Amino acid sequence: MPQRSVVAVGASLLVASLALSGCGTRGGDDGGSDTGSGSGSTKTAKIGVIAPLSGDLAALGKGIEHSVDLAIKQANESNAIPGWKLELAAEDDQATPDVGKNAATKLASDKDVVGVVGTLNSSVAQSVQPVLSTANITMVSPANTNPSLTQGADFATAPKRTYQNYFRTCTTDSIQGPFAARYLFEKAGIKEVATVHDKKTYGQGLVDAFSKEFTKLGGTIVAAETINPDDDKYDAVVSKIKPSNPKAVYYGGEFPQAGPFSQQMKAAGLNVPLMGGDGIYSGEFIKLAGSTATGDLATSVGAPTDQLESAKAFVEAYNAGGYAEPYEAYGAYAYDAANAIINALKTSLKDADSAEAARQATVQAMSSVSFDGVTGKVAFDEYGDTTSKVLTVYAVKDGAWAPVNTEEFK
Amino acid sequence: MELAQQLVNGLTLGSLYALIAVGYTVVYGIIQLINFAHGEIFMVGAFGALSTALLFFRSYVDGGEMLPFWALPVLIVGAVAASVAIAVLMERIAYRPLRNAPRLAPLITAIGISVFLQEAVRLLYGKIPSFPDAKQKVPFPQIEVVSGPAFNLGGVTLQRSTIFTVGALVICAAGLFYFVSRTKTGRAMQAVSQDPDTARLMGINVDRIIVVAFVIGATLAAVAGIAQGLQVTNINFKMGFLAGLKAFTAAVLGGIGNVWGAVIGGLTLGLVEALAVQFIPGTFGGSPWKDVWAFALLILVLVFRPQGLLGAKVVDRA
Repeated sequence: MPQRSVVAVGASLLVASLALSGCGTRGGDDGGSDTGSGSGSTKTAKIGVIAPLSGDLAALGKGIEHSVDLAIKQANESNAIPGWKLELAAEDDQATPDVGKNAATKLASDKDVVGVVGTLNSSVAQSVQPVLSTANITMVSPANTNPSLTQGADFATAPKRTYQNYFRTCTTDSIQGPFAARYLFEKAGIKEVATVHDKKTYGQGLVDAFSKEFTKLGGTIVAAETINPDDDKYDAVVSKIKPSNPKAVYYGGEFPQAGPFSQQMKAAGLNVPLMGGDGIYSGEFIKLAGSTATGDLATSVGAPTDQLESAKAFVEAYNAGGYAEPYEAYGAYAYDAANAIINALKTSLKDADSAEAARQATVQAMSSVSFDGVTGKVAFDEYGDTTSKVLTVYAVKDGAWAPVNTEEFK
Repeated sequence: MELAQQLVNGLTLGSLYALIAVGYTVVYGIIQLINFAHGEIFMVGAFGALSTALLFFRSYVDGGEMLPFWALPVLIVGAVAASVAIAVLMERIAYRPLRNAPRLAPLITAIGISVFLQEAVRLLYGKIPSFPDAKQKVPFPQIEVVSGPAFNLGGVTLQRSTIFTVGALVICAAGLFYFVSRTKTGRAMQAVSQDPDTARLMGINVDRIIVVAFVIGATLAAVAGIAQGLQVTNINFKMGFLAGLKAFTAAVLGGIGNVWGAVIGGLTLGLVEALAVQFIPGTFGGSPWKDVWAFALLILVLVFRPQGLLGAKVVDRA
């Protein structure tokens, strides 16, 4: 029966192509050459970046790449580490754990790489951590907010550091979720909330932490739903939460889904604010959500970059750098992350023969790093988390995110 | 109330699947080729409409305003032109040389074209001067009357894009019915689908009929592309993949090769997905499981009616 078997073969080929398309790495530079690392004059050390440089989240990833590039350029100009020249090695992870793992393997096999800034996604970090850990490469994330990355799977009851080489410059969901819950309950006076997440590590973690704090404060979660991040249409889910009359929807996930979700939610007549975490705090969210986004809320780590006195120099230098994409939500954190690595390198590279030999020393030097960065004080606690716990609530106003409330979480 | 609302949601989704599924089924009915690149024709249609809006209604798009209502036919023409052009090129360059090759060859070619078109849009669309980068989701222009506040009918929200999508399916299906059964070309299509060799002996230009089949599929896919853009207000280079997969499922569900089967299959699939989200309780309910139920239905139908809901039992010619 050739006819039907064509259908069968076709369907299985299609599935196979689906699986295969996840494997290929797109773009990326090929590591550069070792010409600078000869004896005598200057040796080369590389700081890697693993972030989504293509795909839905490219806006955030590009901001990270450029900000690290800026930190490296400045360090080279001021000759921060005498005898050494720093270089950028950026790899695209496509926001996918498998691709991120390949990128990490590639960077780990490059003898010049001592540190990596990344990843953007917590789910990608989970697959990158072990690779960089075996190679003793310092990893500093500007954006991973899942608590388990630093404190282990039982972060709530028995925190235990999982990877000695992993640090981050942003606060975690175990703080971000409750921060949002307190804002909605105490400041906005909203007692009934529906939650939606995308089943990714980040989204689910955020919603779990939010729900816990919100019910503890006395609020009610009237509906808890999930969406499939590959979907474009969410009306079935919206129709399901609408009858429970939430006064706000808390969304755990990122802007490529959150923007259209907000738009479709309001088009379907559910006119309540959507609130999310730092994953929706992007100009792209407003573009995708359209004119009805006004009033939507987001929390993000730290104080607003453009309002910080300490960030002025960074913003000016970034704009002067002529980068094609804006620094976005994580640029300042990536800049601080890169500078944290550079600070550690000042100690570890001083007497090192090669970049590879300095990897272990760099990891050790990270714990004593402490300086005033763009986003505030940069220092790490015993788990590798940042010691700064400042967060900000933003609201969409006149087509842009406007800060509403900046507070230190206690 | 919830039932009515999910019926509306399901009908909207189903109409979209149906519009795309017709393209699979028409081409399969004539040359027994599963054109897996058809989902990309749908995507190209959406980008065609976006390009038309950027070229002719730039001031509205930049100002964030809605396009005037009369822009709708212009966008449809732009979308159809883009889809048809790509579909005809695809047939001419990739499929016609393989007309007499083993069946697996054009199938693999189709998958290749699908990947090619996705990547071409992803990498090249933003390179066109003043066009947005298509590596991520691109906002789709909204049109007066067709976009805007939803209607509320006794608690059931009826979005304007829903009316557009369902209306487009009704008009397209009626037009297709008229074309296939009343016009000379349409009857020639039926003849080729029954027996291409005899049809050729009767003086029918089989190559031309095959092109017509691709054009019909592309036209409906282009309309679906606009409907999708209006519904979700953004488009992206990979939107055709999942939509194409679902539409292919709809075509098989309804009986591949049968145009009405594609329509019924599409609507069924859409309704099952929407109702599964609402009414299946517990662990197996909700949005994550909707595709499981949709495909479970497909398997059930294929077990008991391998030819699909409306498909005729075909005697193998090969």
